[in-house]
Amino acid sequence: MSTLEIKDLHVSIDTEQGTKEILKGVSLTIRTGEIHAIMGPNGSGKSTLASTIAGHPRYNVTSGSITLDGEDVLEMSVDERARAGLFLAMQYPVEVPGVSMTNFLRTAKTAIDGEAPKLRTWTKDVKAAMEQLRIDADFTQRNVNEGFSGGEKKRVEILQLELFKPKFAILDETDSGLDVDALKVVSEGVNRAQSGGNMGTLLITHYTRILRYIKPEFVHVFVDGKVVEEGGPELADRLEEEGYDRYVQGAGAATIAADAAAQA
Amino acid sequence: MTDITTEKARIGAPSTQPLIDGFTEEGENLSPLNTVDSKAPLGGDAVKAHSHGGGVGVPDSSRAGRLTSYALADFKPLTGMEEDWRFTPLKRLRGLHTEVLNGAAPAVTVTAPDSVRVESVDRGDARIGSAAIPEDRVSANAWENFAGATAVTIPAEVQAEGEITLVLTGQGDAPAAQHIVITAEKFSKAVVVLDHQGSAVVSENVEILVEDGAELTVISLQEWSDDSVHASSQQAKLGRDAKFKHIVVSLGGDLVRVTPSARFTAPGAEAEMYGLYFADAGQHLEQRLFVDHAVANCKSNVLYKGALQGKNAHTVWVGDVLIRKEAEGTDTYEANRNLVLTDGARADSVPNLEIETGLIAGAGHASATGRFDDEHLFYLMARGIPEKVARRLVVRGFLNEIIQQIKVPAIEERLTAAVERELAATDN
Repeated sequence: MSTLEIKDLHVSIDTEQGTKEILKGVSLTIRTGEIHAIMGPNGSGKSTLASTIAGHPRYNVTSGSITLDGEDVLEMSVDERARAGLFLAMQYPVEVPGVSMTNFLRTAKTAIDGEAPKLRTWTKDVKAAMEQLRIDADFTQRNVNEGFSGGEKKRVEILQLELFKPKFAILDETDSGLDVDALKVVSEGVNRAQSGGNMGTLLITHYTRILRYIKPEFVHVFVDGKVVEEGGPELADRLEEEGYDRYVQGAGAATIAADAAAQA
Repeated sequence: MTDITTEKARIGAPSTQPLIDGFTEEGENLSPLNTVDSKAPLGGDAVKAHSHGGGVGVPDSSRAGRLTSYALADFKPLTGMEEDWRFTPLKRLRGLHTEVLNGAAPAVTVTAPDSVRVESVDRGDARIGSAAIPEDRVSANAWENFAGATAVTIPAEVQAEGEITLVLTGQGDAPAAQHIVITAEKFSKAVVVLDHQGSAVVSENVEILVEDGAELTVISLQEWSDDSVHASSQQAKLGRDAKFKHIVVSLGGDLVRVTPSARFTAPGAEAEMYGLYFADAGQHLEQRLFVDHAVANCKSNVLYKGALQGKNAHTVWVGDVLIRKEAEGTDTYEANRNLVLTDGARADSVPNLEIETGLIAGAGHASATGRFDDEHLFYLMARGIPEKVARRLVVRGFLNEIIQQIKVPAIEERLTAAVERELAATDN
């Protein structure tokens, strides 16, 4: 049983206009076996949370903490976080020219496990996982993500999730840009990984569509860098019907009130 | 012939009214120094006094107009302002452009199958001058000073088993001249490796004659010691339906300047030219190539890839491709890619494409110099791969595209190991 704990996290980025605060105090606890969905409108900071957990250098943590079973994640380098058991399925996986998928998968697996996987079983595992995700066998010969379609890139992210067996998976809008068939295939992959009982999932999404296939126990609504509402699966159903309008309008009204106060 | 190709072909065609002297509408072209009325080193009389080519062409706007001569005296002393020397630190040439090159030339050891003739010949041999003529002062200096040459001949219709290897071992720092002639006679097939090792200060001329229907690969490896200086003009003349593959690999040496060329003399021939270079701190690795499409229906493809690391690592790539008026049906592409691994390194890359006819199959050029991308690094590290390993994965992959063109397993393995050693040097 592992716990990923995020406490009062504040994150900013440097822009040409100066420092901009994106996360304004986020607290969240995920345990092994749980699925949490983070939902929210564009620009609410969902992806920033994902990238910050993974350690992307663009994001500066100004205060707060992230711990994995009590260990300070913020003190770890990007690769150390991955080896500690955190996995980020990226929203826009980059193409890495010159590095074949076979070579990449084996190198990463070796780094994460601390020893090279046994060649025979590894090849079999990769092949089986690829078949389940309906990825063509010739992908192993191609360079990482090079020339893959959007849907293929997302499947390859889930392939890695299944092969690397992390303690916590953070899925950053893995569902966006997928057609229904691909969405099902990808969701099945996540559910398979989750069903092992040794993983917790943080599912970040803009749409409720994926929640038909992956069932979260906890739903957190993100607006303007903060969690504004939390609940169970019924909250997702409500969002499906009503959308984010009531949160966004609320934020707008607050801004107008603040402006009025400033002018008075 | 589609409209699109015609349009493409017009790109880079010499402008009739250049806006700035020495510049075409494509931007930087050739130095404005060498005009007939100029008093600059290659200007004035030098322009007219061609011993070959007769001074046709416009020296400051076309690669066709460059001075060529077997006589050193025809080339004026270098100032560093000349177009083809402007990137080269002349002070580090250690006399290759100024001294009499009478030092001991690198010793040549040849391994070849019995079907191939290898001879030591003197200056009077008929093969000398069959494929090349110096195009710069350093090359002409070697031509004037070389004592004897190594001539490798693959007889007509012979398919040489295994590769022909010439190990050239440097004999110290006295400036020297070297001459090699490789002749692939009609319908022969062979792979020739020039393996440069040891410590040397040498100007080298390599003549390569690929006769009708012959298929020749020449691989030139520069794994010199750190103090070496090497200028190498490697000129190939291609006959009808000839296939020529040229691979340059420069890893060692203080200053290495390789100037390969492929000249088409009859239709149907193909040239592939590849290069790999890896410059460390302080190293100057330069490659200037020339593909001369002088006749119709020939194909050429050029790809050079370089990696740079460390302070004042400097690489230069200049690719001149000329499609003459007669060269209808030409298909050509040239590209250069550089990967800058650390701060303080500099990669110069200049692709020049001159097109004098619109009736071609295709012509393109490309150049890109990039840093090792932070997003690549993040992606690989987010999968648990440490930074050093990630960097190695990417560089190995980047350069492997050239290494796998060699197709001589022993050399491929050796170069892969050499690249690993270069990368290990950054780990300090």
